[in-house]
Amino acid sequence: MGDLTKNFADIAPPLTPDYALLEANKCLFCHDAPCTIACPTHIDVPVFIKKIATGNLRGSARVILEANPFGHSCARACPVEVLCEGACVLNDRDEQPIKIALLQRHATDYVLERKVKLFEAGKPTGKKVAIVGAGPAGLACARDLRRWGHAVTVFEAKPQPGGLNTYGIAEYKLKADVALAEAQDILDLGVELKLGVTVDSLEPLLKTYDAVFVGVGLGQTKRLGILGEGLEGVVDALTFIEHLKTHPYHETKVGKRVVVIGAGNTAIDAVTQAKRLGAEQATIVYRRGEADMPCYDYEYELAKRDGCEFRFHAVPKRVVGNGRVTGLEIETPEQGRETIPCDMVIIAIGQGARREFAPPQGHPKIFVGGDCANGGAEIVNAAAEGVAAARRINELLGRTHG
Amino acid sequence: MADLRTDFAGIKSPNPFWLASGPPTNTYGQVAKAFDEGWGGAVWKTIGEPIINVFSRYGSVDLGPTRMMGFNNIELISDRPIADNLKEIAEVKRNYPKHAVIASLMVESQRKTWHEMVKQTEDTGADGIELNFGCPHGMSERGMGSAVGQVPDYTCQIVEWVKEVATIPVIVKLTPNVTDITYIARAAVKGGADALSLINTINSIVAVDLETFEPQPSVRGKSSHGGYCGPAVKPIALHLVSAVAKDPQVTIPISGIGGIGSWRDAAEFIALGAGSLQVCTAVMHYGFRIVEDLIDGLSNWMDERGHRTLADVRGRALPRVTKWEELDLNYHLLAHIDQDTCIKCELCWTACEDGAHQAIRRLPRDNGGPVVEIIEEACVGCNLCALVCPVHDCITMEPVPNDFAPVTWKEYAAGKGKLAPRSEQFHTATWSKNR
Repeated sequence: MGDLTKNFADIAPPLTPDYALLEANKCLFCHDAPCTIACPTHIDVPVFIKKIATGNLRGSARVILEANPFGHSCARACPVEVLCEGACVLNDRDEQPIKIALLQRHATDYVLERKVKLFEAGKPTGKKVAIVGAGPAGLACARDLRRWGHAVTVFEAKPQPGGLNTYGIAEYKLKADVALAEAQDILDLGVELKLGVTVDSLEPLLKTYDAVFVGVGLGQTKRLGILGEGLEGVVDALTFIEHLKTHPYHETKVGKRVVVIGAGNTAIDAVTQAKRLGAEQATIVYRRGEADMPCYDYEYELAKRDGCEFRFHAVPKRVVGNGRVTGLEIETPEQGRETIPCDMVIIAIGQGARREFAPPQGHPKIFVGGDCANGGAEIVNAAAEGVAAARRINELLGRTHG
Repeated sequence: MADLRTDFAGIKSPNPFWLASGPPTNTYGQVAKAFDEGWGGAVWKTIGEPIINVFSRYGSVDLGPTRMMGFNNIELISDRPIADNLKEIAEVKRNYPKHAVIASLMVESQRKTWHEMVKQTEDTGADGIELNFGCPHGMSERGMGSAVGQVPDYTCQIVEWVKEVATIPVIVKLTPNVTDITYIARAAVKGGADALSLINTINSIVAVDLETFEPQPSVRGKSSHGGYCGPAVKPIALHLVSAVAKDPQVTIPISGIGGIGSWRDAAEFIALGAGSLQVCTAVMHYGFRIVEDLIDGLSNWMDERGHRTLADVRGRALPRVTKWEELDLNYHLLAHIDQDTCIKCELCWTACEDGAHQAIRRLPRDNGGPVVEIIEEACVGCNLCALVCPVHDCITMEPVPNDFAPVTWKEYAAGKGKLAPRSEQFHTATWSKNR
């Protein structure tokens, strides 16, 4: 695996203009389209695809981004197999669904590459809103609030905006430069961004701002609570992925034999990227069976195509090592205890809730959205919740949508 | 295998597929290659006093990803010396004696000029002559092409001049750019034509470049109307062929031209009365090789249907082409949706609701069952839902029997016959209010 750039190239490369035209013309232009219903942000999919077919890419991108401020990243990282593309009526004609994600990328890339400004800030209302967290939920909320003319200040603990879009999506799906450009597009509407600021109480914000939106995401990756978890070579999945996404590829250390504990989508991101970084062996260890894995089927298929291995019904008992990791002891129903030799263990058993503060329930000026509200979901859910919160905040501030 | 041999006004060819006069028949090399690949005949690129062409000549209309759904050109007749063309025609005829070689001619409207041109052409051994009275661009400005074919008297006059000297069959190629093509067809018959060919291309501007506002094809920023052809014009050609074929005053054979690209197109032209078929745009798009499937497909279809010769098929659809006033008003249809194959796109609903007769009801998507159903009392059997449905045979139009005898408008207007009760009475403001 010499060429790491190649290993982390887009897993779904963009469509050529000819292919996009061909694909766009395959769309039936359904009424009350199941794809639109399936999308949490309800992008009018047939309409944006029809605009691609007519060569109106700017109009197409506007339809997408109007509904979903994170149309760029969703085009790359959305689980479309279980959302819009899974709902496409062509599935019922026993055909491949329309490549909605790639068409969405075709249209949104057009405006991103040309730096087309599709939206503008509204006339100032004199109202101020604080947003905690510059992830998809917070920035989606910020985008619409700015369009309605409210002043918006976003507080972000990390050095860059974008949340998990910037720091946590598998590199072969979404690269940080796209996530940052997407975030910047929203910030350019006149959002004040305060980076490196950790908010640990909402009280001061409630005094200064007319409303507060909380989109702080989830907390640290949960711990296993087994012996040896503190050994050198044990890392949590998000830290591993964040390092990969914020450094040149060769600077992220990967073991020769890597074990990933957990079988969710983040675990798949971790195991495939460990393999793509050069691990000779990358194995998922999961305490339950194949059918129980929380990851999407196509993510499982991807990991298998990457040559990753799977151990099911394997309960981690102890990380083995003397200072450094040398193995993971597991217990299986058939063989009892055994040790998988490895020099790196990545823990990917989900994130816990943030402990720093719990937003008060039912406070009239506090709104929440994204992973911290839904327990951890997709970018598109965070965007939908941010947009919905913006509408409610706008109503609170006495404005009508426009 | 079906017998595709063709005898068209005395011109014989191994099959009915001829190359139409145009760029594919400009040279010996092209025509010889076409015959080698299976074409039955060729109408040579129109010969006359050599012209000078502009460089940008063709424009097209794409339909989504389908290229050249419609095609146009502002190219003129042959730019090669008359002698060169005639020499090559003679050579082709010598080397391919069983194939039909027809010379297309266009000269100035002088009796003597036509006489000389026809005599020279006959010396080549060509099987026939086609008079280009249809070319709508460029040549018409010089009093030739469609300038002749749009005036019955001119058409008749020149055919008479040609027939004064011609000993081989004379085909007159008609322009569609007229209000009623049968008048021109009759004029050609009156002048003594042995056959007709139609349609020539249709006046058109295919596109405007929205960056520069240049009409296409652009010649240093300007363009001129050109002749439209290709798949887009087939329905127009089918209609005009049938109109001429049904005219009692036109009793001579018709060579069908206009958007033929497949054996299906060919079979439709034959069924509406065509005795031979001419193809140009499809060859300009895909090459001479398409003749293999034209022959194979037509032959297989004829075998499967038990049609032994082209004569068994020719004109079979013509008796079914009638005036509107002769259609039965008591033939009622009802759309039927096969819910098992419905993919729930709701295109039928949208089309019927906005574009037709509000005869489809939409049901909630989350009810687990059908999402569309026909409102039988409102359906007028117009076919629109079946036409827009993307699933083959999902929506079918089913006849609804009634106890009323057939009645045409002609009869009904004359006080004869009774109308069966019809759904259209529901399709009124009252219906819209009550639904």
